[in-house]
Amino acid sequence: MSLDIVVMQAFNGLSLFTVLALMALGLAIVFGLMGVINMAHGELMAMGAYTTYLTAVIFERFMPGLLGIYLLVAIVLAFAVTFLFGLALERSFIRFLYNRPLDTMLATWGLSLILQQTFRSLFGPREVGVPSPQWLSGAWQPSPGLSIPLSRLFIIGLTVLVGLALYALLYRTRWGLRIRAVTQNRAMSGAVGIDTARVDAMTFAIGSGLAGIAGSALTMLASTGPVTGQQYIVDTFIVVVFGGVESLLGTFSAAFMIAQMQSWLEFTMTGSMAKATILLCVIVALYFRPAGLFALKVRR
Amino acid sequence: MTQARVGRAGELAGIVVLAVLTSVVPFTLDEFRQQLAAKYLCFAFPAVGLVLLWGYGGILSLGQGLYFGMGSYFMAMFLKLEAAAQTNTGSALSQFYGSSLPDFMVWNSVETLPWWWRPFHSLSFALAAIVIIPPLFAFLLAYANFRKRVGGVYFSIITLALAAIASIVIIGQQGYTGGVNGITDFKTFLGVDILSNGVKRVLYFVTVALLLAAVLAGRALLRSRTGKILVAIRDREDRVRFSGYNPATFKAFVFAVAALLASIGGALFALQEGLASPSLVGIVPSIEMVIYAAVGGRLSLIGSVYGTLLVFSAKTFFSENFPEIWLYLLGVLFILVVMFLPTGLAGLGERLRRLRGRPARAASPAAAGGRPARSEVDSAVEVGSGRPA
Amino acid sequence: MPITRRAFLKSSGGAAAATLAAPYIWPRGAWAQSTVKVGILHSLTGTIAIAEASVVDAEKLAIEEINASGGVNGRKIEVIVEDGASDWPTFAEKARKLLDRDKVAAIMGCYTSASRKATLPVVERSKGLLYYPTYYEGLEMSPNIMYTAQEATQSVIAAVNWLAQNKGKSFYLIGSDYIWPRTTNKIAKPTIEKAGGKVLGEDYIPLGNVEFASVINKIKAQKPEVILSTVVGGSNVAFYKQLQAAGLNGKNQALLALAVSEEEASGIGTENLEGFLSCMGYFQSLKGSPNEKFVKAFKAKYGANRVVGDTLECGYISVYLWKMAAEKAKSFEVPAVVAASSELEIDAPEGKVKFHKANHHLWKHARIGAFRKDGQIEMIYESPLIEPNPFPKI
Repeated sequence: MSLDIVVMQAFNGLSLFTVLALMALGLAIVFGLMGVINMAHGELMAMGAYTTYLTAVIFERFMPGLLGIYLLVAIVLAFAVTFLFGLALERSFIRFLYNRPLDTMLATWGLSLILQQTFRSLFGPREVGVPSPQWLSGAWQPSPGLSIPLSRLFIIGLTVLVGLALYALLYRTRWGLRIRAVTQNRAMSGAVGIDTARVDAMTFAIGSGLAGIAGSALTMLASTGPVTGQQYIVDTFIVVVFGGVESLLGTFSAAFMIAQMQSWLEFTMTGSMAKATILLCVIVALYFRPAGLFALKVRR
Repeated sequence: MTQARVGRAGELAGIVVLAVLTSVVPFTLDEFRQQLAAKYLCFAFPAVGLVLLWGYGGILSLGQGLYFGMGSYFMAMFLKLEAAAQTNTGSALSQFYGSSLPDFMVWNSVETLPWWWRPFHSLSFALAAIVIIPPLFAFLLAYANFRKRVGGVYFSIITLALAAIASIVIIGQQGYTGGVNGITDFKTFLGVDILSNGVKRVLYFVTVALLLAAVLAGRALLRSRTGKILVAIRDREDRVRFSGYNPATFKAFVFAVAALLASIGGALFALQEGLASPSLVGIVPSIEMVIYAAVGGRLSLIGSVYGTLLVFSAKTFFSENFPEIWLYLLGVLFILVVMFLPTGLAGLGERLRRLRGRPARAASPAAAGGRPARSEVDSAVEVGSGRPA
Repeated sequence: MPITRRAFLKSSGGAAAATLAAPYIWPRGAWAQSTVKVGILHSLTGTIAIAEASVVDAEKLAIEEINASGGVNGRKIEVIVEDGASDWPTFAEKARKLLDRDKVAAIMGCYTSASRKATLPVVERSKGLLYYPTYYEGLEMSPNIMYTAQEATQSVIAAVNWLAQNKGKSFYLIGSDYIWPRTTNKIAKPTIEKAGGKVLGEDYIPLGNVEFASVINKIKAQKPEVILSTVVGGSNVAFYKQLQAAGLNGKNQALLALAVSEEEASGIGTENLEGFLSCMGYFQSLKGSPNEKFVKAFKAKYGANRVVGDTLECGYISVYLWKMAAEKAKSFEVPAVVAASSELEIDAPEGKVKFHKANHHLWKHARIGAFRKDGQIEMIYESPLIEPNPFPKI
């Protein structure tokens, strides 16, 4: 196996890591802070993807000259749309389900069915075509054997940006301080005057917004249709649970490990066996570390 | 916290009504609807299992499809081996390729029957496999996890992942399992034509009988000492452990019981519908099984049977008339049941009474202290939602 | 949780009443002597609806046209549409309903092999008739099914031979992981060798998978002259997007897809497909008056933006083939219709095709075309009529 292949495989692992991380971040925040498992997370990603599609359609119709930058506008719009939707969702029914994670799973599963059918009714059962911007097509070829797809580079960059922004939000702003406080000790935070209800709503909304960004970015790689959410949801869950709840570092580490495993296993065995092997490894790992890789100590 | 009151006159009346209903049904509905009812009842088995496991054990398994699938595939393997050269396709294949192996093996170029298929030539082995392997596997899995105090959400996700793995492996190994097509096209069971209406009617009664037996067995279990300890574990696992019991054993036991029920349901399904498919093994069908139990009432064994019948009837009705609406309805059902009807239909009467302001029929002693009597399910829902202990 | 007797009896009484009353409240189609019932059974919801829901449109168009010109044997067709919901047990259930309760004379249905395999025992036992309009792997011949699309030997053999002559001799096989791609490749491999070519690699992706990075890497490592793709469904979108991202496109890599038609093109993105090849029995761009009439009628009824692919055309001719056989036999009885179908010829949008004497399949042309920028496929090769052989020596 030549060096080119090794480098390409390593890059694939890196790219897959960023894709998983981007998707898992939103879910991890929501799960970590509020113990809410949002089975509709995939559909929130699909919402971001459809927003991107609509943005493309609007640009094509009214501002064809500016088509090149539509993706950047779309990502921001996707965040806004899913942020607001998440906010509405949290206020309307998620907040009645705190401390009942099993029930939340079922209720959000029901929500995901409703959202899927809504997409199908609005946009039709077929996938919709989301155009790739010119500057993201093709690959960068530093050497004849290596070709690095530009869209994957873009996603890596986006994930880094989102990661940094999240870090800044959580560790450098007052809101982040409140969020961390409520995560660690809800009762005490309430006692010192933090409005925990608002923090919850904000956190859920941020998590949803991140899902929207992920969905928007993924239109470059995958299809956009009513079942888009289902394509990635199982992997996302596994990453979050494996990484350990309440730890973003855990999420990143889990995403990295799973991505590398998947990339190398797919190279050596068939796709379905690779997937089954990874799930099995995660189950075994959960057996030895039931709270995930990095489990923080919290007091509820 | 009082223990769950099971088996009052109400339950008994419910069982009697159910028996009448399901015996009357075959004589008033046409054959197609009757066979539909039989299919629905197959799914009542995992639902009953979930009432025991989730309602009374506090363990939410999102992977019952795995055991349902095991039961259906074991039965299907037996039926397929019996049918091998009798079907049209089978005989065409043996004519062209000279092989009497099941059709999907022939066109995947499997030369000889794998060793683990061979014992399924015998009915007794197949039946034994159906009632032994899934509960054994379930027990070992659950015991290993509960011993390490893996509980609540994490365990649920493990069950979810297992169902996903099973579905992926079955689909990926199509030479041995029929892949995404599943195992189909069988004709006879020990020489009896299972496609004829007469035999289907007999199967219907067999299903009803087994289901009633399961419900009665469940009631007996809940009344026994084991059942009481189980409920105690659901509500206050620590105290039970301090009292000297090993909660892991009890929880694993009820998990195995639920797996056994699901497996029997799967086997009956394969017999009635004539196919075993990975589409009943994965995540989606497993989560749907939970809703059958939830609609009827996760604390009512009979209620889960009603829940199953109701949800399936709705599914058939809507998919015949308004297919687009069915998914909306199912989604709304999930949300409504979880948020407003945690006790399902069976508990509806109780809730209505409480909403009207009269005290609950069975007041818990805690009410004596002046605090409003909380329904046991609400408390169970809070505590039994289990974090890793 | 105590369940009060009164509440219990109330709810069970209600359930009992509902169950008993149900069949009388929702009666199915009344029996009318002057019509004949035909069932349509496809996935209108679920993951397969993406491909399958539109076939219903083509079948309905055929039924409308037939009714406008007098019906079949003097009777108008009354159509009953059922949703298989992308769930195989549901297909079996609905097939049973159509045959046993609604007593349809024929069913136009199924798309995936799994749905057909679940429906087959039902159709055989109820002695019904199913017209199956989708290209599939063969290895089947039911006395109660008429197969109106190509089986594997009628597409892949011609495709491989043409590719070996015109594009190159080293092949990479990639497909989704289920029976159709696997069987197709089993037929492809000896054909490739006979044509003097070599198979550099063979890969299968789980259904619904969207990560192709590693596989594309493997392909690039091997540098095949031709990629033969049997990837199906939504995975195609991801596959072609990621191929494009990796720098492989219609200009620098020969790739022939056996499962991508005009209908998938817009979802995949026509810029990702341009220049790649497709092998089907039918393309919307075919010349000839039956096809031009068909496309025009379809667009007039459903919208100018709609496109027609191979499966839609097969659905359309399935209805006509049934009509022709029923009129030849002067009866709707299944054995008579099947017997009348033997060697039945039809002037279809895809050209003149006819049923085989005995094996319920159609003689078909294999056509190869290249994707254009507008998503249409431009034909570059047409084979003579190929005899159907569902049980090839593999």
